[in-house]
Amino acid sequence: MNIQTPVNEVRELHFDRFSSSDSLAKAAEQARKRNYQDFLIVDVDSHHYESESYAEVFKYIESPVLRRSFMESASRGGRSSMLGGSVGYQDISGRITRHWLRKHEKVEGTSHRDIVTTKRWMDAMGVDYACLFPTPMLFLGTHPQVEIEVALSRAYNRWLCEQILAEEPRIVSMLYLPFNDPEATYQMVKDFGDKKGVVGFMVTAPRYKPVHDNAYMKTYALLEEIGKPISFHAAYNWNDQSLTLLNRFISVHALGFMWFNMVHMTNWVVNGIPERFPKLKVMWIESGLTWAYSLMQRLDHSYLMRTSDCPSLKRKPSEYMREMYFSSQPMEMPEDPSILEATFKMINAETQLVWSSDYPHWDFDLPGVIYDLPFLNEQSKRNILGGNAAKLFGLDPTPVKNIPGASPK
Amino acid sequence: MTEIFVVKAAEFGEGDRRIVRTGEKEIGVFHHEGAYYAYANQCVHSGGPACEGVMIHKVLDVIGADRTYQGQVFSDEMHFVCPWHGYEYELKTGVCAGDRSLRLKKYEVVRRGDDIFVIA
Repeated sequence: MNIQTPVNEVRELHFDRFSSSDSLAKAAEQARKRNYQDFLIVDVDSHHYESESYAEVFKYIESPVLRRSFMESASRGGRSSMLGGSVGYQDISGRITRHWLRKHEKVEGTSHRDIVTTKRWMDAMGVDYACLFPTPMLFLGTHPQVEIEVALSRAYNRWLCEQILAEEPRIVSMLYLPFNDPEATYQMVKDFGDKKGVVGFMVTAPRYKPVHDNAYMKTYALLEEIGKPISFHAAYNWNDQSLTLLNRFISVHALGFMWFNMVHMTNWVVNGIPERFPKLKVMWIESGLTWAYSLMQRLDHSYLMRTSDCPSLKRKPSEYMREMYFSSQPMEMPEDPSILEATFKMINAETQLVWSSDYPHWDFDLPGVIYDLPFLNEQSKRNILGGNAAKLFGLDPTPVKNIPGASPK
Repeated sequence: MTEIFVVKAAEFGEGDRRIVRTGEKEIGVFHHEGAYYAYANQCVHSGGPACEGVMIHKVLDVIGADRTYQGQVFSDEMHFVCPWHGYEYELKTGVCAGDRSLRLKKYEVVRRGDDIFVIA
């Protein structure tokens, strides 16, 4: 037996410092081994913590009265907040260390902190473009005051467009729609549809306005006209009457992130929205894939017996669903890959599935969840990891990432 | 097989850890309650740094004699947690808490005088 001293490298662990690049060093290793530098990867669902920039965002609140309320509320911290919060220990009670370590991340230079840290994880994973979404605002659709949702979303969107999207071409977004106010929703698309980096618009799914309400038709028409997708981003509402029966976060997460999108999808299809807006592109985000596989079969089965319930439909529900886009994360990984393969076939993954990381949230996915699948050929992998999203968002397919340690292309 | 020097025992206190890199291989070395453990620093889930997260005791549901739920407690069994997604591993065996058919590759740790080595 050889005794080797000194060793190649020995390092200590530190729980008082953090670097996105270092924490994802193993992701960069995977990216190099799989040659991600050779092709485009687009992440259609990633996040930042906009609450860390509230001091900047609140300055964009248009109403002086509400602006003062927001600013004053922020100065009191968590007490008597204008926004409240959502119950949910997503970091598994501190086991996901980046959630509490990230405050230690050092950022130098003049670029916004969110741009610097976002590009660090993008490069480590091999991502060229990331569609950035907020985090606490995913729950804003359940705020009791509609005017608060409108005021904050307009302020956030203006801040995001001016401070982030205008400054960094690799970061894009589908902007938050204040869906509880249909008129403000329409106005948001009118006002922001042509801003740099705006590749679509997003509805946070936990809310109690039906998507087939006539009040939304002019917004759908406008989105169809400008050619930008509408997306529904899943989340949960533990106060939803059914979900209050659940006593653990694993339960509310597993069901809640599917539940609202299942409701919206069902209303969307049964009420014939795809027939009314045949060119409107629709994406369903962060519900995984099994819900779509299930709902397609469920709706088709009932439809053949109850066509009179949905006379606008000219085809089976699954045929409309198969023309929509689905983000991949959190991608369920059955032990038998043939089950996943069947799901891919069901949703026409080759053209309709778009990879997403959901980073930095607790259940993020790496590109490997697609790239390592045994039943996909190289072209299918590249379509799902970036090609499909590039076409949908109108992005240049030339890779622009800089994977640490990778040879320049 | 090579013995790789990790650290002087005097510098490796109770609860300490070191990550050893040799070639492309990374090994997490733990010192817990007077014993040393070493595992591949590569999570069975998505390849994350399994040995670099928090250490925390296994959580148990307390079920009474009448089969009613009586709350939760920490057991004596220590786990370490992959910081990427929360996969938990038993410190003494490297077995994955959620699927006992999965485990991290285990390495032997030896002490020679004041020096701690891992055999890789």
